[in-house]
Amino acid sequence: MAYTANKPNAPDTRELRAKIPGWGVDLDPGMRPAAKKEVYDPASTGAHWEVPEQQIATFPRERSTEHREITPVFGTACPPKGLSGIIRRAAYRHWSEGQTMHWLALMFADRIDVLESLVVDLFRGKPDNFLAEWGIKAELTRHGFKSRFGRHRADTWRVPLDVLMLASSSLLVLGAGYVMVNGFKSMLAPPKRRWLFG
Amino acid sequence: MRAMVYRGPYRVRVEEKDMPTIEHPNDAIVRVTCAAICGSDLHLYHGLMPDTRVGFTFGHEFTGIVEEVGSSVQSLRRGDRVMMPFNISCGACFFCARQLYSSCHNTNANATAAGGMFGYSHTAGGYDGGQAEFVRVPFADVNHAIIPEWMSEEDAVLLTDACPTGYQAAEMGDIKEGDVVVVFGAGPVGLFAAKSAWLMGAGRVIVVDHLDWRLQMARTFAHAETLNFTQVNDVVQHFKDVTDNLGADVCIEAVGAEADGAGFQHLATVKMKLQGGAPTALNWAIDSVRKAGIVSVVGGFGPLFSAVKFGDAMNKGLTIRTAQCSVKRHWPRLFQHVKNGVLKPSAIVTHRLALDEIAEGYHMMSSKLDNVVKPLVFPRAA
Repeated sequence: MAYTANKPNAPDTRELRAKIPGWGVDLDPGMRPAAKKEVYDPASTGAHWEVPEQQIATFPRERSTEHREITPVFGTACPPKGLSGIIRRAAYRHWSEGQTMHWLALMFADRIDVLESLVVDLFRGKPDNFLAEWGIKAELTRHGFKSRFGRHRADTWRVPLDVLMLASSSLLVLGAGYVMVNGFKSMLAPPKRRWLFG
Repeated sequence: MRAMVYRGPYRVRVEEKDMPTIEHPNDAIVRVTCAAICGSDLHLYHGLMPDTRVGFTFGHEFTGIVEEVGSSVQSLRRGDRVMMPFNISCGACFFCARQLYSSCHNTNANATAAGGMFGYSHTAGGYDGGQAEFVRVPFADVNHAIIPEWMSEEDAVLLTDACPTGYQAAEMGDIKEGDVVVVFGAGPVGLFAAKSAWLMGAGRVIVVDHLDWRLQMARTFAHAETLNFTQVNDVVQHFKDVTDNLGADVCIEAVGAEADGAGFQHLATVKMKLQGGAPTALNWAIDSVRKAGIVSVVGGFGPLFSAVKFGDAMNKGLTIRTAQCSVKRHWPRLFQHVKNGVLKPSAIVTHRLALDEIAEGYHMMSSKLDNVVKPLVFPRAA
């Protein structure tokens, strides 16, 4: 049968109004606060400035190349540090947000940061406890098995893969951390005499 | 103070951190009384959002009590009970002046694609979030509401992101009386989007997910029809079948980067980080909506590219509307709805955790254990 101009199966709105609490209270677009995307109303924002005061930077704050200058306020959590900090600063200095390299460099720095922090916190006496940080206890206290199996979940197939990836990536991180610690130790140790000169 | 900190993908812990300080004359320091773990926190937790630094504190949904205010703050006093939008906005730039608070141009030094946000990586400005005992609130005169006496703290915390984002998702669908609305994702935002679709006069609301307890909540809380996508061979065909082959008038994508349903997409994204997000639900939305229909996207994706079926979108003449929610703009209307009993945001809260349980909370949320929908965190600063 050919399609017609009618909308199929139009519902009985009186029935819906009776059945659904609040049905249609915002049917009129005028009741919807952002139905009109842009509403110029600077007096409504709560700001009592036209040009905001500038926050003082206590460290060289990285910024997107797409900004003319640093914004009036900015976050000061986790200033760039170490090798990851050098990569992050380079990502902000050299590539705009439109460049894939900008984001790839930041993602790479994130992984380096994990390694660096692992080593640094080991020396600070706050070593990572992987099991606790994964929150693995929830598997026991929050019904890990019962929550996953026999419930028609689309993600059950990848549970072994999740475990494998988590375990292998953590081993990689720990292995790299071990190499970094050993490298650091050997840098601090007095130079060994080599057979060539002995 | 004690705060949740990120240690690397899938790892968080609680640490002692320095107290936040007044860094700008319009800052406030807020003692956090209630925070939430959001589905979009999982993008950070899984390492999908670039420039998520070790030591960073997540949390963009929180309420609290004002502890200290900067010299230029006029509308807040110590002791005020406040809620903050997840957006950080200046109130004076081109975008804020047009009530597009989520696009503020003065609060995110790290990127121009989004405004500042609490606890959402340096890509969103590098502001520590509210899963901590204390938090710094920039432009405090703009970024707060005093919690009314009649409003519960749990309702308030859900009005800082999930509820207004769901409402805005429905609003961007430009829903007309009798429209068929399909909501992909039965998480908190999807549930609020479904509920809001009725307020705007939808004729039929169908919520899609694969987690049976969330679909149950979609039926009871949001009065929606539901579809468990694992129970049909072809989601798109299903929606053509149930709409006389026309397609839905409006599709709302409330899933984002971690979508399940297509194994390859999930592997390429969440596991291998080759895309900004798995666009499985977004592609279902594009293909399930009718020609000239509207797809409203509020699921969070990373800034890298994703394999979206844009050819279909163009051929069908779709309107695709997207935005981070401008929370503050929606508060007056949503406050009315809560006061009148039309909306009860806290009805979706399933878990209440202490800050010390945060690692278990993230694991539970990430692995979808214990019928979790919305976990809250209570930092309880002394």
